[in-house]
Order: sequence, then structure tokens, then C-alpha cells
Amino acid sequence: AAAMSMNADLRRERAAATFQPELLTHVLDGGPERTRRRKEIEALVLNDPDFQHEDLNFLSRSQRYEQAIRKSSLMVMKLREYGIADPEEIYWFKSFVHRGRPEPLDLHLGMFLPTLLTQATPEQQDRFFMPAWNLEIIGTYAQTEMGHGTHLRGLETTATYDPSTQEFILNSPTVTSIKWWPGGLGKTSNHAIVLAQLYTQGQCKGLHAFIVPIRQLGTHEPLPGITVGDIGPKFGYDEMDNGYLKMDNYRIPRENMLMKYAQVEPDGTYVKPVSDKLTYGTMVFIRSLIVGDSARSLSRACTIAIRYSAVRHQSELKPGEPEPQILDYQTQQYKLFPLLATAYAFHFVGAYIKNTYHRISGDISSGDLSELPELHALTAGLKAFTSWTANAGIEECRMACGGHGYSRCSGIPDIYVTFTPSCTYEGENTVMMLQTARFLMKSYTQVTSGQQVTGMVSYLNDLSRQRIQPQHVAARAVTVRLNDPTSLVEAYKSRAARLVESAAKNLQAELNHRKSKEDAWNRTSVDLVRASEAHCHYVIVKLFTAKLAEVSDAAVRAVLTDLCLLYALFGISRNTGDFLQAGILTSAQVTQVNQRVKELLAVIRPNAVALVDSFDFHDVHLGSVLGRYDGNVYENMFEWAKKSPLNKTQVHESFHKHLKPMQAKL
Amino acid sequence: SMNPDLTSERQTASFSVEKLTALLDGGAEQTRIRRAVVEAIESDPVFSRENQYFQTQNERYEAAVRKAVHLQKKMHEMGWTENGPEYKYIYRALSGDVAFLLHRVFMRSISVLGSDKQIAKWIPLATQHKLIGSYAQTELGHGTYLQGLETTAVFDTATQAFILNTPKISAMKWWPGDMGRSATHTVVFAQLYVHGKCYGIHPFIVQIRSLQDHSLCPGITAGDIGPKMNFEHIDNGYLLLKNVRIPRENMLSKFCEVRPDGTYVRQGSQKINYFTMTTVRISLISDEVLTPLMKACTIAIRYSVVRRQSKLKPGEQEAKILDYQTQQEKLLPQLAAAYAFHFINDYLQELFNRGYREIQRKNFDMLPELHALSSGFKAMITQHCTAGVEICLRACGGHGYSLLSGLPSLYTKILASCIYEGENTILLLQTARFLIKCFMAASAGQPVPPSVTYLAAVKPGKCSAKNKLDFLSPDIYTEAYQHVAVRLTSSTAAKLQDLIQSGVKKHDAWNQCTVQLVQAAKAHCHYIAVKNFAETVEKLETKAGIQKIMKHLCDLFAVHGIFSNTGAFLYDGYTSAAQMDMVTASYLDLLAVTRKDAVPLVDAFDFTDKSLNSALGSYDGQVYQRLYEWAQKSPTNQMSPAYERYLKPLLHNTLSKL
Repeated sequence: AAAMSMNADLRRERAAATFQPELLTHVLDGGPERTRRRKEIEALVLNDPDFQHEDLNFLSRSQRYEQAIRKSSLMVMKLREYGIADPEEIYWFKSFVHRGRPEPLDLHLGMFLPTLLTQATPEQQDRFFMPAWNLEIIGTYAQTEMGHGTHLRGLETTATYDPSTQEFILNSPTVTSIKWWPGGLGKTSNHAIVLAQLYTQGQCKGLHAFIVPIRQLGTHEPLPGITVGDIGPKFGYDEMDNGYLKMDNYRIPRENMLMKYAQVEPDGTYVKPVSDKLTYGTMVFIRSLIVGDSARSLSRACTIAIRYSAVRHQSELKPGEPEPQILDYQTQQYKLFPLLATAYAFHFVGAYIKNTYHRISGDISSGDLSELPELHALTAGLKAFTSWTANAGIEECRMACGGHGYSRCSGIPDIYVTFTPSCTYEGENTVMMLQTARFLMKSYTQVTSGQQVTGMVSYLNDLSRQRIQPQHVAARAVTVRLNDPTSLVEAYKSRAARLVESAAKNLQAELNHRKSKEDAWNRTSVDLVRASEAHCHYVIVKLFTAKLAEVSDAAVRAVLTDLCLLYALFGISRNTGDFLQAGILTSAQVTQVNQRVKELLAVIRPNAVALVDSFDFHDVHLGSVLGRYDGNVYENMFEWAKKSPLNKTQVHESFHKHLKPMQAKL
Repeated sequence: SMNPDLTSERQTASFSVEKLTALLDGGAEQTRIRRAVVEAIESDPVFSRENQYFQTQNERYEAAVRKAVHLQKKMHEMGWTENGPEYKYIYRALSGDVAFLLHRVFMRSISVLGSDKQIAKWIPLATQHKLIGSYAQTELGHGTYLQGLETTAVFDTATQAFILNTPKISAMKWWPGDMGRSATHTVVFAQLYVHGKCYGIHPFIVQIRSLQDHSLCPGITAGDIGPKMNFEHIDNGYLLLKNVRIPRENMLSKFCEVRPDGTYVRQGSQKINYFTMTTVRISLISDEVLTPLMKACTIAIRYSVVRRQSKLKPGEQEAKILDYQTQQEKLLPQLAAAYAFHFINDYLQELFNRGYREIQRKNFDMLPELHALSSGFKAMITQHCTAGVEICLRACGGHGYSLLSGLPSLYTKILASCIYEGENTILLLQTARFLIKCFMAASAGQPVPPSVTYLAAVKPGKCSAKNKLDFLSPDIYTEAYQHVAVRLTSSTAAKLQDLIQSGVKKHDAWNQCTVQLVQAAKAHCHYIAVKNFAETVEKLETKAGIQKIMKHLCDLFAVHGIFSNTGAFLYDGYTSAAQMDMVTASYLDLLAVTRKDAVPLVDAFDFTDKSLNSALGSYDGQVYQRLYEWAQKSPTNQMSPAYERYLKPLLHNTLSKL
């Protein structure tokens, strides 16, 4: 099978592209040097026999966990051997080793070690950091409980200080307080950073973090007072031993509370922390990773669906002619190309947040945190917006592959089940949208009280001007130019302004009717989420448009401009109600938008395969028979199926056990 | 014990749950029969699904075969027959987790496509399970477009046999259920060649495995196609044929026959056959599509009154998450849709029964309309319900992601329905073709079938609502849906004509309008679903609060549809911007109203805990205890070899020895 040549359809598609895919790859990576280095690291992993294994689709969950832990161990060793230390390069290495899947050491590397660095005292670092660095201690981060996720203050685990022995007594007082979900907790870790309500001198001092040994070093058996295990099978995350942890009068020394900020003195005196706004930074960083992950997951699904749609032929477009590639059907283009444009949009948004974060974190040390609240509010909404969109988009890609998309050999089921929890973790999406809304409402109030606001919400300043000229909005309708991205940015801006204003007014109306602020907020939350979505949508269109000017190669810029226009116009055509109701567009313009979208589908069609090639996913990383670079789909589906567990024997044992006896009886 | 948060929900029900259950079942007697079947199945340990979430593909398959075999015994014991009133409840009681479903399709295709002689030969063998059948149509490279199938059957006059071949890899049969491991026979669809001439696709009975030792017959390569998103219990298979010879009598020949001398004869009307295929699309709606959505709603809504998170008012207990407007917005429209589709399904069933009677009287007038309705509604309902189940899954936060919630498997199963029995986009385009044809006929003053007469009554008026309460009037919203359906159909028809008049070839013009055509077909189905729900509500008895709560759900279904697609209603000024604000206000009011009855409304679906198989959705609401108990049964909680092999060296810093 290795000697097979490239599928003729794909060869034709690639030859017809109007631009050089590798130039676009450089844009996505952030320069040719980054691309070179990424491919170098990729080759290190792919050429390493230690990281080869059987197709994971044919393994049981226990076997998949075992493979993952094997690879994780080797990964840590080799990262140090190769001297790879840059966070982004570590991320690449890890994602090539685990092929985009989670792994049991994620929480140790991503949460346990960093938390030690930021929240442990120098003495604690001496005790824990090096053993953890050397993996004698493997830790996880146990925050979520069975009954509590979003609302941190509601966590029930307690840590009660006993001055007589200078220990904390940890308890899980109810079923709902059992720690539930932490990755690596079920089977892998021997320590956990546990978040618990601190009680000292008879008073609750709120949530604090404690380093808790959970398994015996040497035997790995759970320690007395600790009940720990795996929470069972999930939709995806087969490699990850998400776990539970129950503690019964479990004692740890006073020195195991992370005490860089808050402290409990030997006599039980509680010392308050100095205010700690830096946690904002961590949240912004993690959410920016999810935006990038939305882009990558959607890109993978698009790569598979678009390549397969170029290889698959079905039905007839013209009587008497051969069956056409399904990518030639307008309905198929309408499913896939807007998603392709979305994947590009999200790449640029992810890069923007990451860069802004790095710029601001530079300022943090010099004390300028003024931009952080806005970035925090914005990333909450963008995390929700991009993960929801990508989640739905991945499913649409799978559906566009028809029956074969449903087979695990397509790779899309795996992308979906791995990605979909990001709508929930690191901030449930609806809650995230409402956080952004809170910032929007605050900004709106500032504007109405005569203050100016800055940054991405500065469009709200215009609202007061519009009130003086009531014809302003209607007059704008005729000025929207459908071929000009900057003009479309203005249209999105007007829509966001209108929905923010409308939510603010409804909120005010509810407040006038009812006593409680919370009640009014809840009764407006559907409107508030819509306002946040419109705001995020505007930001994305704006950032995509801004990116165009930075692209130097004319051919690449031209194709990105097509995608940007498609992204913006498709978004309008899917939300025409908002634009019509606000008078931003007329019905006639909506018809033009719909027409223009269809024209753009035809414009993008010749470049579709080259546009997914530019994402530059290696076949091993893509993990899809349908999405193979060489397009030899059917031969390889057959090869793949032959390895299925049900095919291990020619006659399945069920025949002798059940079928034959039945046939004999009847 | 009962979770008090669920008890309080049930105490305030505004209607009789038992009466609503009876309404859904089609009468109290039906409810009684259904419960008896469920009880008989669930009390039998062979049918238990308790460990399902922990089993491998091989174990799932074996359990399904065992259940299928045991079911024969059970039916005999209980005196259930295929024509009895209990039969339709068996599949629901098993939650579809049983093998040999294709065996019935095999039998049906012989009954429909076979000659009397063939029926007499094969049906008794199949009934007694002397053989196990499958149905092999789809190929690796061909699904939707039947004429494109590549398997060949060449008639050899000398030996009076058909020679079957898979000429290339894309022609391999791929996906047929029960074929990978179980089936001994299958109906193969192949291009028929006689004396070098191709006569198109025909069905042939082919034996693929030995009846003695189950080994593959000569010339046959077959196996399982590998893991899928769900249906682990079904051995979907592949089949390669290499010079496989079958006797002339094995071509199913009710409609077409090859005589011994090679003469090809076509006889009778295939229309009834065509009708049977159409019926399948409707028959799958109830068990394969509505049941999963109803189960998902039951799980998500019960969990949402047990789960408490954050505070709505300072100082109070954390609130039930169903009290959040955003949670109501996710779940309650799905609940309303489940009821709407239940009633449209009743309507379609009745229409098809009438159609069947007419067709038996050789009156084929209803066929095009039935075909259009079955295609459009299959697509609309599968798409809505699939999206609905996924929303329920995500509305349960992290715990929804656990297999133990039951939601992931409901989702991965229902989503296959968007593709099988006709890919949805293709089906919507078939409905659209019918709409365009009828619209042209109606414009020319010709008669059209009843479901599309509204296309002729084009009135360019405006929505007459004056305040938000007007949007609770079925006349107002039904008319709005009608207006949109007419507009989308007529404007697409005009566009098509324009393109053709400007010299674009017919098929190109069609392809250029397909995005709009799909929208028109959806609007048509949505309109009929709303209209049917409103008409059903009107006929309901006013006693026991049933009509009132169904009216709320009907309003919610209709108003939510407008709220989520405002552009279609605002376009051309049919609805004004101010009216759209009224729609939003009405919609939010309806969420608050239906919230109160949400738990009784899912209780009325009457799923047992065993059939839900969900740690989150049980009737007693003991969510957390159950989650904890079930997790401990997971095989991953046996000591894993990974510790000794990999973790230990890792922890002891002896990695280099790996």
C-alpha cells in the first residue's frame, strides 16, 4: 500500500491552486522559521520507533491508557534529552507524541508543576519541586467536585486546622463533595493539589490549596483515609484516567498548605493574602489555548472532509456524464467552505489573544494591568464562541462525509469526542458568555453616564451620538459594501451595538419591575448571551480583516481575502434577522448577501484542497483514512477494517455459543 | 428514597401525567400492553444492559447475538407474535440493543420483491432461523446514487447461473448490518448483464457462509468494517464477490425476470415497491429518532432540577440549574419539539395507512405527496432530534460527558439516522423538487395535492400581531410560517426560471439553487409541523389540564422557531422589527411557564430507569450516589498492568531501562 501513487483527483486539485500552500503555512505558523522548527520537532517524533503503536481505534480503554502512559514517560525523558524547553515547542512535541489527544501527565505538567512555582513558598519548593520535576512525585489538581463545578465558592471539601498536632484534617463530608473529574487522578498520580474550605479557630476562611499525598510511594497503594479511583468510561478521553478522591479525616502537616500568599500560623492564626489579580493572567492564557485548539480541531475536520469530498464521486450533475466529485455540489460547498473560512478566522484570533497576552504580561511586571480586565472579559466570550462553533463545525464535517464519516476510520468521531468537552471545561460556555456580557453592560453604563470607553468596545461610544441623529442607522444601510471587508466590519459593529443596547435596556426594564438584581440579570440572560455573541462575532471579523494587511504575498492575500469575505457574509446570511431588525441591511441587500455567498463558494472551490493542505497536518497526526494526503481512501479503508477486533478469527465465537445451538433447536 | 428536589417538581404538576402518557401511547390499553412488555423484558437478566458502558466491541456483539437468540424463546414463552399488539414495544423495551435487525429487512425484501415461488421457499427458512439474512446494497464508493452501484451479475445461459463479481475496490459491499459476522445469506444488489447488455440494478439472494460451520463460501470475502461511533453490537460488514455462481432462481423476480434463454422480462408495477421503501423512512421515526430525544430530555431535565449551582439570590441556597433562563432556553425547546414531532409522526402514520389502502386499490395518486412528505420529514425530524440530543448532552456539563450519563450513546446512535435511509440533504432536495413542481402547477391553475394547496394562495400581507399575546395565537403564527414557506418556494422557482431563461442549462440552474431549495423544503415541513401541532391541540380534551399544557408547548415550538430564524420572518417586511421584539418577549414568557411543568412533562414519556440506563436521569433523582456506585464498577478500577510496566519505572526514576 505504501507504494501507491497519489489519487488523480487530488493531484488535479493541487495543480489548479492559485497560490503556494507553503507560503500560507508560514503565515499560520508565524514565519518560515517557525514552520521549519515545527517540522523538525515533528520529524523527531515520527521517526522515533518508541512512539509507534497499533491503531488506537482497536484497543480497549485500559490498553489505550497503558499506551499513553508509556509514551508520556518516554516523552518527558526525551524532551529533556533534546533540550526542548520553549513552551510552544513542548506543546508541539507533546501533540505529535499523543496525536492531539490528552494524556495522563497533562495535569502534572500543566497544573501541578506551575502551581508549585507560583503558589509554593521557597521551603515548599525545596521539598516538592525537584521530586515532581523528576517524576518521583506525580501530581494532579483536584478542584471540581461531583456536585460543584462552575461555582467555586460552593465547593464542600474541608480542611480543618488542628493546632495540637499542627495538622490539617481533610474531609469529604458528603457524596457531592467527592473530587470528581481531575485528570491523572484515577490511576496515575501519587499527590494532588486539593482545593478545600479552610477552617481555623472555628472560622471558615474560604478556598485554599493543599498538597495532599494520596498513594504510597513505592507500592502506589492508596494511603489510609484516601479512597481514589477512575470515574469510568467517557465519550472520549480514553487515554485519561479522570478520577475521584474521597478523604476521611485525612491528616497532612501544616506545611502542606500552599502558603506563598495566605498563611496559617502554628497557633492557627490566619494571615490574609495580599490581593492577587495575577490569576486573571492564567485564565486568559488557558482560554487563549482553547481558542487555538478550536481552530486546530476544526482545521483537522475540514482537511478530512474537503479531501474526501474531492475523492468521492456520487450521482450526476449533468445527464450522461460521469459521477462528479461531491465537492462540486453547491450544498456540499455550502456545508464546508464557510467552516474552512471559520477555521482560518479562529487561527488568527487565537494568535491575536496569545500575542496580546504576552504583550500585557510584559506589562504586568512593570505594573500596567489596565488592559487585563478587558482581555479577560473578551477571552471568556471568545473561548465560548469559538468552541461552540468548532464543536458544531466538526459534526458538520463528519456529516458531510456521509456514512463513512461515522466510521472511526474517518478520524472525525475522535476529533469530536476529544474536542467537545472544551465547551464545558475551563469555564462553562454559557457562563463565559455572561461574563463577557457583564463587561459589556458595565461599558454601556459608563458610556451612558458620559464616560468614554476604549479598546474593542469603543463602538459603544457611538451610541450616544446616534441618539442625537435618529436617522443615522437607517442612513448607514445603503453604505454597506459587500466586497469590502472593512465595510462589513462596520456592519457587524452596528449589530453588536444594537444588541448590547437592547440587552441593556431590557435589563433596566427588568430592574424597574423587580427587586433583586440577580433576578433581573437571570431574566435578561438570553438577551445578554446574544449581545456577547454579536460582540465576539464583530471582534473576529475585525481581526480577520486586520490580518489581511499583514500578508505580503499577493496570491495568498487574495485567497485569504476571499475567505474573509465568505466568513463575514456567511455570518450575515445566517443572522439576517439581526441585521434586518436593526435596519443595518435592507431585504434587497440580504438577497445580495445570499447571492454573494454562493458566488464566493464557486470562487474558493479551485483552491479548497490547497487551503486545507496549508494547515499542514501530517497523516499520522490527522489519523484519518478519509483525509489521507494521497487520497487513496478505499484501498486503505479495506486494509484498516481487516485489523478490526471482530475480524481476529474467521468464525466468531458467538457462532458456536449462540447461533449454532439456536439453529439446532428451531 | 426520592430526592426532595424532584418531589417538589412533581407535586405542582398542572396536569395528569398518567393521562398524558395514555395520550402519547394512543390509549390507556396501549399503555398497559407496553408496560407489560417492558416489565417482561426488563425482569429477564439476559436482556440486562447494566454493564453495557464497560463492554468492548466484541462483548457487545456477543451480548446482542445472545439477546436475539433468547428473544425467540421469550416471544414463544409470552405468546407474543409478529402480528400481535405487543410486537412493536419489544424493540423499544430492548432499546434496540439486539442483533439480526437486518434479518427482518432480508425477509421483507423477499416478500416485496420475490415471486410467490421464492417467497414459499425462503420465508419459512428465514422464519425458523435456518438461515440468517442481511441486505447488501451500499458499496464502499456508492450510497445515495443507486444507479452508480458497480457490483455485477452476469447471466450465463450455458449453466443457467448468475456470476457475481466485485470488479473493483469501490464496488465492495460495505456497511450492511449483520453481515460482518452473523449472516449466512444476503440480498445483493448488482448490475444485471445478459448477453453483454446491462439492464440496471437487480436483487439476488446470495449465500455467503456455510450452514454447517459458518465458514465463508467459495469466492466470498467478508468481515466486519471495524469500530464506529456506535452500533458496536452490530457487525456491519464488507463483502467481496469473486466469480460467485448462484442459480437463475435466486434473482428476486416479482417485477423482473431473466428467462432460461436469457430473455429479460419486466412485469407488474413497481410502484408498490417504491411505496414500501418510502414507508421505511416514516417507520424509523418513532423508535430510532423520537425515543432518543425523549430519553435525552428526561435525563437532562431531571438532572437540571437535582443539580444546584451558583446563587440566584444572595444568601439563599444554590439554585436548581433549570431555574436559569439560559438552561431553560437550551432544554425546553427540545421538549416542545419532542411533543411536536410525536404528533406529526401520528399524522404521517395515519396518512401512510390511508395511502396504503388507496394503493391497494390501484390508486397511485397519493404517491408523489407521500414521497415528498416522508423525505422532508425524515430529514427535518432526524436533524432536529440529533441536534436536540447533543444540546441535552452539553447542558449536563461535565457529567453529561461521562458514558454513565447515557447521553453520549444516545447521541452517537441517533446521529446515524441523518444518513441512513437517505442522506438528509438529498432528501430535502427531493421534497423541494415536488414543491417547485406543485408551485408551477398551482400557478397555472392546475390542482395540487392537499398538503401544498397553500402554495396557490399567495397573499403578500403583513403579520397582524399588535402585542406579545397575539403571538400565542395559532392563527397568527401558522400564517407567518405559511408566508415564509410560500415566499421561499416562489422566489426559488422564479430564480430557477430566470436562470433557465438566461440560457443556463436546467441541471446547472438546479445546482445553483440547491442552497435555497433546501431552505424552502425545511420551511415547508416546519409549517406543516406547526399547523399540525396547533390542530392537534384544538382537538384534545380539555379535562385534566392536558390541552392547556399542550397549547403552551405548541406555542413554544412555534415561537421558538421564529425566534431562532428571525431573518426569514423579517425579510420582505412581513414581520416588523417591533413585532420581533414581541416574539422575543412571548418566547421568554413561555420558557418561564413551561419550566413549571418540565419534570411532569418528561415523566409522561414513561421511561423506566433501566431503559434510560443513566446515572443522571433516574426517576428518584439520586444522581450522585449512583454516579459514584457505577464508577466503581468500571474495569479501569481493577489494578492496571500499566503501573508495574510503566508507572513504577517512571516513579522510581529507572526510565532508561524502558
